[in-house]
Amino acid sequence: MSSELRYTANTQTEHLHARYTGTGHADVTKYDWLTHQHRDTCASIVGHPPLASYLAIADGESIGRVKFEMMERMLQPCGPPPPKDDD
Amino acid sequence: MHLYNLTLQPPTAITQAVVGNFSGGRQQEIIVSRGTRLELLRPETNTGKVSPVLAQDVFATIRSLAAFRLTGGTKDYVIVGSDSGKIVILEYDSKTNAFNSLHQETFGKSGSRRIVPGQYLATDPKGRSVMISAVEKAKLVYILNRDAAANLTISSPLEAHKNHAIIHHIIGVDVGFENPLYAALEVDYSESDQDPTGEAFNNAEKMLTFYELDLGLNHVVRKWSEPTDPRANMLVQVPGGQSATSDRFDGPSGVLVCCEDHIIYRHMDVPQHRVPIPRRKQQVGDSSRGLIIVASVMHKMKGAFFFLLQSEEGDLYKVTIEHEEEEVRALKIKYFDTVPVASSLCILKSGFLFVASEFGNHYLYQFQKLGDDDDEPEFSSASYPSFGMADPSLALPPALFRPRPLENLVLADELESLDPIIDAKVLNVLGAAGGPAVVDTPQFFTACGRGARSTFRMLRHGLEVEESVSSDLPGIPNAVWTTKIKEDDQYDSYIILSFVNGTLVLSIGETIEEVSDTGFLSSAPTLAVQQIGADALLQVHPHGIRHVLADRRVNEWKVPAGKTIVAATTNKRQVVVALSSTELVYFELDLEGQLNEYQDRKALGSTVLTMSVAEVPEGRQRTPYLAVGCEDQTVRIISLDPENTLETISLQALTAPPSAICVAEMLDASIDKNLPTLFVNIGLQNGVLLRTVLDPVNGSLTDTRTRFLGTRPVRLLRVTVQHSPAILALSSRSWLNYAYQNLLHFTPLIYENLDHAWSFSAELCPNGLIGISGSILRIFQIAKLGSKLKQDVIPLSYTPRKIAVHPSNKLFYVIESDHRAMSPEATEKRLKELADSGKRVDQEMADLPPEIFGRPKAEAGQWASCIRVIDAVEWKSLPPISLDNNEAAFSVALVPFAARNGEMHLVVGTAADTFVAPRACSSGYLRTYKILDEGKTLELLHKTETDDVPLALIAFQGRLVAGVGKSLRIYEMGKKKLLRKCENKNFASAVVTLNTQGSRIIVGDAQESVSYAVYKPPENRLLVFADDSSARWITSTIMLDYETVVAGDKFGNVFVNRLASSVSAQVDDDPTGAGILHEKGFLMGAPHKTKLLAHFHVGDIITSLHKISLVAGGREVIVYTGLHGSIGMLVPFVSKEDVDFMSTLEQHMRTEGIGGQTGGGQSIVGRDQLSYRGYYVPVKAVVDGDLCERFALLPAGKQSSIAGELDRTVGEVLKKLEGLRVTASGL
Repeated sequence: MSSELRYTANTQTEHLHARYTGTGHADVTKYDWLTHQHRDTCASIVGHPPLASYLAIADGESIGRVKFEMMERMLQPCGPPPPKDDD
Repeated sequence: MHLYNLTLQPPTAITQAVVGNFSGGRQQEIIVSRGTRLELLRPETNTGKVSPVLAQDVFATIRSLAAFRLTGGTKDYVIVGSDSGKIVILEYDSKTNAFNSLHQETFGKSGSRRIVPGQYLATDPKGRSVMISAVEKAKLVYILNRDAAANLTISSPLEAHKNHAIIHHIIGVDVGFENPLYAALEVDYSESDQDPTGEAFNNAEKMLTFYELDLGLNHVVRKWSEPTDPRANMLVQVPGGQSATSDRFDGPSGVLVCCEDHIIYRHMDVPQHRVPIPRRKQQVGDSSRGLIIVASVMHKMKGAFFFLLQSEEGDLYKVTIEHEEEEVRALKIKYFDTVPVASSLCILKSGFLFVASEFGNHYLYQFQKLGDDDDEPEFSSASYPSFGMADPSLALPPALFRPRPLENLVLADELESLDPIIDAKVLNVLGAAGGPAVVDTPQFFTACGRGARSTFRMLRHGLEVEESVSSDLPGIPNAVWTTKIKEDDQYDSYIILSFVNGTLVLSIGETIEEVSDTGFLSSAPTLAVQQIGADALLQVHPHGIRHVLADRRVNEWKVPAGKTIVAATTNKRQVVVALSSTELVYFELDLEGQLNEYQDRKALGSTVLTMSVAEVPEGRQRTPYLAVGCEDQTVRIISLDPENTLETISLQALTAPPSAICVAEMLDASIDKNLPTLFVNIGLQNGVLLRTVLDPVNGSLTDTRTRFLGTRPVRLLRVTVQHSPAILALSSRSWLNYAYQNLLHFTPLIYENLDHAWSFSAELCPNGLIGISGSILRIFQIAKLGSKLKQDVIPLSYTPRKIAVHPSNKLFYVIESDHRAMSPEATEKRLKELADSGKRVDQEMADLPPEIFGRPKAEAGQWASCIRVIDAVEWKSLPPISLDNNEAAFSVALVPFAARNGEMHLVVGTAADTFVAPRACSSGYLRTYKILDEGKTLELLHKTETDDVPLALIAFQGRLVAGVGKSLRIYEMGKKKLLRKCENKNFASAVVTLNTQGSRIIVGDAQESVSYAVYKPPENRLLVFADDSSARWITSTIMLDYETVVAGDKFGNVFVNRLASSVSAQVDDDPTGAGILHEKGFLMGAPHKTKLLAHFHVGDIITSLHKISLVAGGREVIVYTGLHGSIGMLVPFVSKEDVDFMSTLEQHMRTEGIGGQTGGGQSIVGRDQLSYRGYYVPVKAVVDGDLCERFALLPAGKQSSIAGELDRTVGEVLKKLEGLRVTASGL
């Protein structure tokens, strides 16, 4: 691969990551991947009215409450991140 | 296999509603989103009724709606945020009664995604711009304006993105004519994502951020951002800006931030005001629970404004702001009333409140007062230190109120809604019961609703009839008419009843009484009655015609001796009679009001059985065609035109002698968008109805459609229903042919059989019909034309979960359970504890009716549940059996246990102390009930403990198969318990559905699709031998045949899977199952995979599936119900030609059909139909009937070009579409 090509390829993926939150890459950690999955799921539940109704019926809550709790969960859906290895 | 999907009842849930003057007139309308449909509702101010005006399928998921009006405009537009990746501005065109999409601006990918805008919409109150936002990061602002020709324009988008920000809500701030300002509630997650200690997460702040659109610089700046309450969930716009006429400020501007338990008033750099959300004085329930606001509406009146906020319990609060110019003095809140929890609230200027309920029926209330001077406690921010913001992290002292019945609102109208349908059964209970009316089609029994407002409903195909009078007559009349006296009378004056040997005239006044001085001949039966000319009446009897003038003079035309009149037809200016000598005599009214006979009579050569002329078209002298049905099984169209009077123009042969003919002009947009079409309806003596179109130019009959109405000869009557012409067709059932939303419909009436009927209009019943059945005279009206399924309702106590039907007794067993609800027993216990500890018990609060106020919310893990028996024939509920021990019922089955000689037992799967997610319970139980008293009494035999929640039960070879959590078990009846005989524990998440045929059991897993299992008795093995290659979240399954299943999943898909017949045979041939046991798994699952045959995205979560024939003698179809209240069906195509034809039609509709004027191949919200129907998996082998049926609404040019491509005429295409619907569903 010529150095020029590599350069353009990188900017493209960088651009992709900046533009589309949640786009994966080769070195994604399990935590990051899972967090993105959960955030996508929460957003999907809020964005599809039948799914929000479905959960509200199962849980005995109002749809407004279900959506609110889903949005709150998006902040940290899978708990705090694992400690970083400094080595 | 190829299927045709057709919606029988579109979803009834309302996910959002907006109010505005969409048609540009003075009247306000409401546009509601029903998930996948947009509907325009018009509330009538004087009657207080809401009527649907337009409903349009958008083939997309609607996520948000906003109305706006350009400055100085008079018409509101609606902006739709959907999953199309586009912002769409729609205009309602009242002339064509359609939504036109004015602008579709693409900004992202399709689908309801995290960072693609569409979830939230906020408009500038002055209509200058709009912000559209995603759940995370993306916010776009579009500037709205008008061009020189006053057309609406939209700019390119301006970005207001913020990375790593979760957006909870956005709102347009009212700043008058300053630069548009938007407020957003955002949380930044970048720090919490990086901090392993969790501290950043705990300290994460929810920011209230103001974005200003600088109109001069054409960009968006983040103007101000401050932390607010971390549990804030919603923003509400506060009026502001100076009014145009005076220097006064409309309000202080800013926003209300609705938080858990509090409301905060905020604006940039001004003091905050905080008030608590008042709570109910409830002594039971979870007191640690916060209370959030779920719906809000702001209303501006002259010089004042107020807010109505609704809590998640349904209580409405009135919030007011005391302000001096722009400075807020106090924020005040008080309890207003309690209504069902809404997804949207709309206040109409005419003093109505529309409540679009999140579940169940929707309501329109009228304001009686605004809660201004009552003794309800009011909480003001001025009475707290620093306006309630002394320490924002601490709660304010609790504010309490007592809920009470409606005081400020009064119910005006109710819109029926099935949402949510949780389970359903389709079967013919009424027919088998041998009731008075012949019922040969099945009914839908649905378990609907949520919580205390749940219902069990029976849906029958037909229009609901409201009877106002029914009275006995001295004899049996054979016909009835009503008539006005003068042309311009508002109401009818006489009722004329014809008997075998005489005629009775009744006058309609304060009372209905007999009159004799009307000029009508009473000694002979009557053939026709007509108000003719300006002020005369006409009676046709077998021996002549009496023309009764206004001064009671009678001109009589007598039939030549030896002949009688056998048939007659009349309208306002024309009279035709047929004599026993087969002659036709024609009369026409001249300008002096004299009835003149046409010089010639016409002999037809065959006895006339029936004939009909249409009404005189507006502004014309006469209608030019007469339709005559003769004994020789023909129908002739005869000209009444002066040029060729009484000449036969065309002739049509019939299959049986005609019994009735009715010519009527009705508007059917599928044939002609603007002018009414002349329909000739021909009823035959064998109960068949033919509907043909009369060509107005050459008088030929085209486009014949047939329908079987019943077993008796058909009678046809032209009537007026809701101010438009309709045809009543009477046979062994009564049918109404009417136009609704510009399309013709043909629906049976759910009413006694009628022998004859006519329109009826009086002061008390202006829009009624009058009919006779036997010797009973009935006056009735048809109020709701739109709903083709009549509903009968039985209220339930809790959310229904499943229904089981007793196979022979027509009894339904409904299990109901509610999470976070206190059962009456638990409430009593709690109250007793309180009383024992010396506290005063507020019994009144504990006794609030739950169907209005809901039950006290309890903590998670608290359940209320019961088992109920419903007698569908008597249509009543027997007293429910409530479950103790915090048990909740999840599954039910009727099992004929072989060990008890096949005696039917009811098994109910319950679990105690259940948590929903993750699923957990202290113990599951299988409750076995003995069925006594023909099924009406249940006696508990024993309870069998299980280790997980039993979510699915089914009878299997005289035993019970139960899906208990992840395992599948076979139970045998025992003396003290059910005895576990066999088990397979290898299911992935939870067994949710079970079906069986022979020794095969089809197992639906909550996340891992459908598996095929087989029971091998010799070795007592339950073996899974085949499964699906893709993981699906199953909600419902049924078997179509031994190898095929159809299933619905949680994402709104329905699909068909089939197992190869070789595998099926091989498994059945293996006596012990050893072969399967040792076969190697394939793709980490069972050794064999099923093949996908058909796949379709419905857009609503499928909750039940049924294989049944919906019409007598018809083919079996797949009927499904959806969570949002939709009912649909999948019809298998019979021939390859049909598949080709419909697929080609669908393809043409896709490319040019659905978009209205601008859309082309996309729906009005810019979604591609094919990609929507293939949302998760590409559509396979299913034709979208809802799309095809839109063919009827296309402009004539497009219709004929598509029909031309298909080598058919437009009429043939329409006939095919109607045929598919009618033969499969009858609806």
